[in-house]
Amino acid sequence: MSVVKSGARSRDEESSPGAPREGPDPAQRERRERRAALRSRLDVRLSPYLFVSPYFILFGMFGLFPVLFTFWISLHEWGLLTGNQGFIGLENYAGLLGDGKFWQALVNTLGIFLLAIVPQLLIALLLADTLNRRLRFRGFFRVGIIIPYITSIAAMAIIFGQLFGREFGLINYALEMIGVGGVDWPNNRLASWTAIAVMIDWRWIGFNTLIYLAAMQAIPRDLYEAAAIDGASRLRQFAQITIPMVRPTIMFTVIIGTIGQMQLFTEPVIFGQGVAGGTQGQFQTVAMLMFQEAMERQNFGYGSAIAWVIFLLIVVFALINILFVSRIRSAG
Amino acid sequence: MKGRARGARGVAAVVSSGALLVASGCGTTDDGEVELVIETFGTFGYEELLKEFEEDTGIAVEERVYGEVEDWNDQLTQNLAADDGLGDVVAIEEGILLDVMQTSDSFHDLNEYGAGDMEDSFLDWKWEMGHTPDGKLLGLGTDIGGMGICYRADLYEEAGLSTDREELSSQWETWDDFIEVGKEFEESDVDASFADTTSEFSNAIMRQSGDVMFFNKDDELIIEESEAVERAWDISGQMIENDLTAELEMWSDDWTAAIQEGAFATMPCPAWMLGQIEENAGEDNAGKWDVAEVPGNGGNWGGSWLGVPTQTEHPEEAAQLAQFLTSPEGHQGAWEARNNLPSSPETLESDAVQNHTNEYFSDAPVGEIYAEGALELEPVYFGLNHFPVQQATNAEALLSWEQGNADRDEAWAQAVEEAERIAE
Repeated sequence: MSVVKSGARSRDEESSPGAPREGPDPAQRERRERRAALRSRLDVRLSPYLFVSPYFILFGMFGLFPVLFTFWISLHEWGLLTGNQGFIGLENYAGLLGDGKFWQALVNTLGIFLLAIVPQLLIALLLADTLNRRLRFRGFFRVGIIIPYITSIAAMAIIFGQLFGREFGLINYALEMIGVGGVDWPNNRLASWTAIAVMIDWRWIGFNTLIYLAAMQAIPRDLYEAAAIDGASRLRQFAQITIPMVRPTIMFTVIIGTIGQMQLFTEPVIFGQGVAGGTQGQFQTVAMLMFQEAMERQNFGYGSAIAWVIFLLIVVFALINILFVSRIRSAG
Repeated sequence: MKGRARGARGVAAVVSSGALLVASGCGTTDDGEVELVIETFGTFGYEELLKEFEEDTGIAVEERVYGEVEDWNDQLTQNLAADDGLGDVVAIEEGILLDVMQTSDSFHDLNEYGAGDMEDSFLDWKWEMGHTPDGKLLGLGTDIGGMGICYRADLYEEAGLSTDREELSSQWETWDDFIEVGKEFEESDVDASFADTTSEFSNAIMRQSGDVMFFNKDDELIIEESEAVERAWDISGQMIENDLTAELEMWSDDWTAAIQEGAFATMPCPAWMLGQIEENAGEDNAGKWDVAEVPGNGGNWGGSWLGVPTQTEHPEEAAQLAQFLTSPEGHQGAWEARNNLPSSPETLESDAVQNHTNEYFSDAPVGEIYAEGALELEPVYFGLNHFPVQQATNAEALLSWEQGNADRDEAWAQAVEEAERIAE
């Protein structure tokens, strides 16, 4: 009995030291609650940032840092092999303003851009409209149209380079067959721009078509039905329903196109077999000039200045585009 | 070696797979054996030699070949600047040697690996040029480029010209005579041009006359005073005015198509060009080409060195490979494979070279033709930035005149402007 009792007491005694832990000690409890609250607040506040941080860390390493470091280099006389030769402030940029080759490259870039983007978007719109209709083998055509986009640019540019050859090109061969006479594709400025624009369009039309197609499928069918009942022709429907409804998408493709085109490089490099862009720089783009200065001629500082100007140009073009878009939105 | 082939494909490879090449690096295999990477361009003719080296030493070697020297030069400078991505042994072409020497810290002094003993197995100037100003042995000489003229004997015959290499050699003792032969060719009704383009002729002529070209020995641009450049433009100008060329851009797809079609009949031919012609013109044209002596006084055009970058993890083995490839035995192997003219006097004088004939070039005694002058060759001085200046003037400006997009004055103005821009 006593054994049991003592045992029971001893159990009580054992448990008694633990009592304060279980018992409500207000200070400690509060602290714990506060900690939990803090944790949950931090969780709510911080976790999203942690989840998105991989992107920003990578962007910082491969996007932001190179941009800033390039700017730093552009303020120096900097040789590719010889390294930093001293701070020269904005001299590289000043040189750029008076550099005829830079302006020529800029004109080339914008010229090729215009020659490429206008037909590219028009054709893409028409193709998307066609694919949006009832069509036999619609799935096949929709997939087929994107195939050029997934071929390697280099492989494509080599093929087109051969098609547009000066002496032994297939296109000149055909032109001579029908008696028109060959075109000096690599040397005539406008002809070389056209050849490059064709390469760009061949690759990008499918991409834009699919984007337009997606936008067109979001247009309510009854709009067309109502228009048809009112006697609007297909063309009228296209002009007055389709185009206005996909206008924001058109702006999107223009922005994407502009950013891509300002960096135009691979197609003309392979077309001209080097970054010189023809014997007189007929189709040397700004990006090619950057590469030529930085890598071939080892003026890394000057090349970096060109890189920064390309960056600024893209920002300016993007701003102009955004302005247009917001105007369209507010007008809509 | 200055050879280049398949221009577009070369550029494409660089554009699309530059990162890939860098990524694959060099190192050791899983079982701990050393694996070396050697980077070259054009046609060095090392395939058999590398196999031999692997068998002798048990060291595996991978050769990465870049198409054009331009592509390789870009890759080399970029990887030097990045201090990463180069192979264990790299080829350095004469046009870029001085630029590379600016970063002499990026290369091992091969004296430290016992290459100093090899002095006697090189022509003096080739050995000297492999040294930095402070006496480091940066590169071991591979080939040199004695000159000749390659011609399509079948087309010459059609044009009613002599097809005999000795007769032709005496017919065009000077470049002016050469132009006369060209005119005669053009006057016939052969459906081909006399030459492909002036670009490489001008390079050849420039290297023949005088000891400096675009830059003097203080590395100052002297393009407007340079006799060598003036002479090169004069003779090229005569070729243009007499319409002797097919107006092709060197190494372009058009050029490759033209050489396969037989659309031109004559090319300047430093020794390394033999391999290039054979590779580009292909089997179908075997036996149609022949080699004669070059007008003027011979000269050197092209040639490379092998260096061991400090980036390598295996300098000892890499130096061993470089020494093997530039030993008399290595020179002979490269000669036999691609007729790259050795810079080793011993090999030049050997029967293997002297008695060598080239089957592809109608069994021409190429050994005799090239080796004869090679022992007395004097190198020209290049200067920093030689290569981009040559590219901008002889390949671009001159070609714009040749193709009818500029007259002589415009082309010359463009050349000077670009050269000043580069040299600045």
